[in-house]
Amino acid sequence: MPEDIPEARPLLAVRGLAFRRDETPIFGPLDFKVDAGEALLVQGDNGAGKTTLLRVLAGLLGADHGAVDIHGHSAQADSRARHIAYLGHLAGLKADLGARHNLEYLCGLHGQRPGQTIDAALQIVGLAGFGDVPTRQLSAGQKKRLALARLWVSPAPLWLLDEPYANLDLDGITLVNRMVEAHLGTGGAALITTHGAYAAPPVRTRMLELGSPA
Amino acid sequence: MMRRAAGALVTRDLRLLWTRRGDAFQPALFALLMVMLFALALGGDAKALAPVASAVLWLAVLLAGLLSLDSMFRGDAEDGSLEQWMLAPVPLWWLVLVRTLVHWASTALPVILAVPMLGELLHLPRAQLPVLMVSLMLGTPILSLLGAVVAALTIGMRRAGVLVALLALPLYVPVLVFGAGAVAASAQGLDAVGALLLLGAGLVLALVLAPLAAAAALRIAHN
Amino acid sequence: MNSPVLDRLIRWFHQLGSPPTFDRFAARWAPWAYVLGLLTMAVGLYGALFQVPADYQQGDSFRILYIHVPSAWMSMAIFALMAFYAAIGLVWRIKLCEILAMSCAPIGAAFTLITLATGSIWGKPMWGTWWEWDPRLTTELILLFLYLGVMGLYAAIDDRRNAARAAGFLAIVGVALLPVIRWSVVWWNSLHQGQTIRMFGESSMDASMLAPLAWMVVGTHLWFVGSLLTRARADNLVRESGKDWVARLVEARR
Repeated sequence: MPEDIPEARPLLAVRGLAFRRDETPIFGPLDFKVDAGEALLVQGDNGAGKTTLLRVLAGLLGADHGAVDIHGHSAQADSRARHIAYLGHLAGLKADLGARHNLEYLCGLHGQRPGQTIDAALQIVGLAGFGDVPTRQLSAGQKKRLALARLWVSPAPLWLLDEPYANLDLDGITLVNRMVEAHLGTGGAALITTHGAYAAPPVRTRMLELGSPA
Repeated sequence: MMRRAAGALVTRDLRLLWTRRGDAFQPALFALLMVMLFALALGGDAKALAPVASAVLWLAVLLAGLLSLDSMFRGDAEDGSLEQWMLAPVPLWWLVLVRTLVHWASTALPVILAVPMLGELLHLPRAQLPVLMVSLMLGTPILSLLGAVVAALTIGMRRAGVLVALLALPLYVPVLVFGAGAVAASAQGLDAVGALLLLGAGLVLALVLAPLAAAAALRIAHN
Repeated sequence: MNSPVLDRLIRWFHQLGSPPTFDRFAARWAPWAYVLGLLTMAVGLYGALFQVPADYQQGDSFRILYIHVPSAWMSMAIFALMAFYAAIGLVWRIKLCEILAMSCAPIGAAFTLITLATGSIWGKPMWGTWWEWDPRLTTELILLFLYLGVMGLYAAIDDRRNAARAAGFLAIVGVALLPVIRWSVVWWNSLHQGQTIRMFGESSMDASMLAPLAWMVVGTHLWFVGSLLTRARADNLVRESGKDWVARLVEARR
């Protein structure tokens, strides 16, 4: 695929990335890149290493081989933190705090996207009246929406979403797709794992299949 | 950026404390209970209690802090907040330091404030109280900082319990020795300033090194 | 610098890290270490019991120092070695070093127990009691807790690799704090000075009395090597139990 602008550096570039737990290879070696405005769908069965791949890209695990570049420069902890927002299985929400307080804390920790307010984010995910309800009282789907709201106010351009469609009904799935589409429209990018092809963002999407490691 | 993150973390923890504000009294109640048990075991006579009062108080504060260690990181580990710490654009050791100090303020400080009253129960000689308070104010943050390292190491374990105590108490020995020793020295008419200065120096070292060690331990335990 | 000897040494070291190679190495050398250790300790004990003259002050009871002192030295040295292995294992992620570090712990704990027991026995005739809070014994007791903590943490975490790394980190923290602990105990002892008998002090020893001590020091070191290799080998086999080479080893034994 020809580059439109020869100087453009991909948002994320991965070369020869491999990970093993003890002696068992989990995935790799992988080579791929994700440009701004692009979504990469990572598919594979349970246990194929999708979650591990995302955690390695986020910096939570160290890769055994290979390199990860962000905007053409080798990814350090700092650049990862500023460029990547990770949504994993655990949402990182305090059960005793309300939605608004949770988002305020996470914005303080990670930074806030300029021009985005917490109230607007709650509105977008459909939790407009739930700002002060303790998170423990929300349903699983509502908690997922709150986690998505956190993504919305995050300033990071690259979203790593691990099974974002889990716990969501049809409305929720549509919400995720719309959010990803909007995010890509502003120059962001997303890596999404899913173990079924039942939902995919209607945007410029490529597939990465994780099967048994080579 | 570090200041904003610290502010956000402190605000979060204070809000969380407020939702469970009843729990804040538990360490102080435990210390009171310990004082009562010691008095019962030694016989309530002032002549028996007064010589050991400062040591018993030091132990009560130390053990109350030990029991609270579990709550330092476990909640954040279980709901994924710890993961977000590792992904944040501020150093992990900074967040650990802020968290530890807030934890100290919410668990140890209430007990220290109760010490004068508890001292009366044990017939603590009035002259020892100032040195005792200073030694506690200098020593308990060190205990929290050392405890943070142990709490970080045991984060993955479901049945932590007594093991946490077994790991932390040997590391607590120098603090206890210099803390209770400072009071004992002043009781003997010796100068307590040397021991207190050592505690102060230990506190400075712990403030610098313990968060780094605890952050490393968190990463080890999290993998 | 291109030294062929150094290259061979480094290559041998790398090869040793491979589990089957280490298994063969340990199986071969551990019995030798044990036997040599026992022999040297026997020579040392013979000298300690029968050749060295009785002390004019303590009579025959001082002879136990020939077990107490080497054990005390080993208890400290093994802790330092354990932290050293743990540090290498953590930084360079070498599995064998993690195994070696964890295998050190029970051996060090055993030496610490022997130190405490022999110290207590030594003190009884002088103190009249089975225990005094002497700075050296108190520090040894705290050292025992540090060892037990490392062993306990290693046992409590399910994933073996994570367990070794966490317990190894604890060992490093312990070794960093050990001087502080020792110093604080000495200060504490001077503050609450009760007994005045400086029994475990470094009294000048005549050259003839040193020889059995030297034998015992060498003997305990050799014994330690044998014990370490045996334990590490066992742990290695357990960790690798699903692999082919272990199955083949078991088959060959039948």
